[in-house]
Amino acid sequence: MKIRSSEITPEHVYQTRPNRRAFLKTALAAAGAAGLAACSAPQATPAPVGSAPSGAGMTDELGDAVNRFEDITNYVNYYEFSTDKQAVAGLTGDFKTDPWTIEVTGLVNNPKTYGLEDIRAAFTSEERIYRLRCVEAWSMVVPWEGFSLSEILKQVEPTSDARYVKFTTVLRPDEMPGLSNPLYPWPYTEGLRLDEAMHPLATIATGLYGQDLLPQNGAPIRLVVPWKYGLKSIKSIVKIELVAEQPTTLWNTTAPQEYGFYGNVNPEVNHPRWSQATERRIGEISRRATLKFNGYESEVAELYAGMDLAANY
Amino acid sequence: MTTPTIAAAAPRRPSSKHRLELAVHLGALIPVAVFFVDQWLGRASPDLIRDLTLRTGFAALIFLLLSLSVTPVVSLSGLGVLNPLRRWLGIYAFVYALIHLSIFVALDYGLDPALLADALLQKPYALAGLGAFMILLPLAATSTDAFQRRMKRNWKRLHRAVYLAAALVIVHFVWLVKPGVLDPWWYAGVLAVLLLLRVRPIRRWIASWHRRSA
Repeated sequence: MKIRSSEITPEHVYQTRPNRRAFLKTALAAAGAAGLAACSAPQATPAPVGSAPSGAGMTDELGDAVNRFEDITNYVNYYEFSTDKQAVAGLTGDFKTDPWTIEVTGLVNNPKTYGLEDIRAAFTSEERIYRLRCVEAWSMVVPWEGFSLSEILKQVEPTSDARYVKFTTVLRPDEMPGLSNPLYPWPYTEGLRLDEAMHPLATIATGLYGQDLLPQNGAPIRLVVPWKYGLKSIKSIVKIELVAEQPTTLWNTTAPQEYGFYGNVNPEVNHPRWSQATERRIGEISRRATLKFNGYESEVAELYAGMDLAANY
Repeated sequence: MTTPTIAAAAPRRPSSKHRLELAVHLGALIPVAVFFVDQWLGRASPDLIRDLTLRTGFAALIFLLLSLSVTPVVSLSGLGVLNPLRRWLGIYAFVYALIHLSIFVALDYGLDPALLADALLQKPYALAGLGAFMILLPLAATSTDAFQRRMKRNWKRLHRAVYLAAALVIVHFVWLVKPGVLDPWWYAGVLAVLLLLRVRPIRRWIASWHRRSA
């Protein structure tokens, strides 16, 4: 993974009005913390409306082009705001991402509470271009800014009892209108086995397209697990907890027959609604074959050696 | 609110039926117009195939519910002039369902036999949707005056199947979304009201209420 500076320079940011306000605020905050976080400071040129950062020439390791910034930021599943993918971005105007703290706790020797600025100072973000495969059989290629989750976990030193990692999304009904839906066990929670969480591909992202995450993409800090369905990549994290037992997750609790704990991308394991054998890359018309572990099989398959992936879906 | 007496007294110009029918024909183009306006305003979905599938599916559902609302609206309002619209609204529901199914089979699944077999054998929502379409097909085919005359009482019997089709469309929608997504239940509520208004005791009660208020 390398940062090609030529590709993150021009920050002409398309912003809807409420987002632009949030963006300026972030920019001012960053200016206040001048120098502290040089490499991840938002390149805050309040840009001309209507132009977006260009992903021209950027590809994943398979040679697939990154998706457009407008599509990545306007077509999202974030049920805390809306179950309508295209409505989410417009409903994030009240969502405050500053100040923000993340508690890393549980079965650890060295529990920590990080402010976002501590995260930026302590860990070096790099550009990581990963495929994101939604369980709804669509996919994108996203140029994230992030670092390996394992770096945080090493700092807090999990004890020998810790076997799983549980993640929790912020719960702010006043700022997140979708939380009024009573049918989900809010807050959103997700989990990984500790060895999955320690895998270098398991990423903590704070940005995409070279700038800070927008609220609809899980600002200010989120998980990206590229070999699993998108629902595992929990957004707007406030708590990371090392635990002994397999944690409950929102989707596994809501519909256990549809969403297992693992959520590994697997074209061979069927789902009652969407054929997982194929997917549509956003921006394309025809479907393409879905790759096992979303194309990261050679990196992650050993995590599941000897496991029945159909039973552990 | 127009009372039945006033409606009955209203002059029935021959053109009013045609004007109403023209409104339905133009109304049938609204989903197409909205699609192009969304494209023009940059509000289009980046997943064009899914977008077209959803838009045509919603259009079919809405026209089906509108078609089912004609009878209760007429019995509540006495506006018998609306009755002929039921047929056109039903036909447009079928037309959008046909486009919806064609997009799914040909554009989305690209006529791929493996994907289609999977949909038929493994995806309950697809089966419910196909069932609804298979019911609407003979209803649309026999929607002409000539068929209505020729089939006599059987025509009415056959066309009662529209209630089953509507229920299957709602089931299709419920099974299609993730658990906890509430959207289908709004439509289910509307359909439930439209069906309840047809239940005999409720119809009688409305009729007696009419007599009292008239």
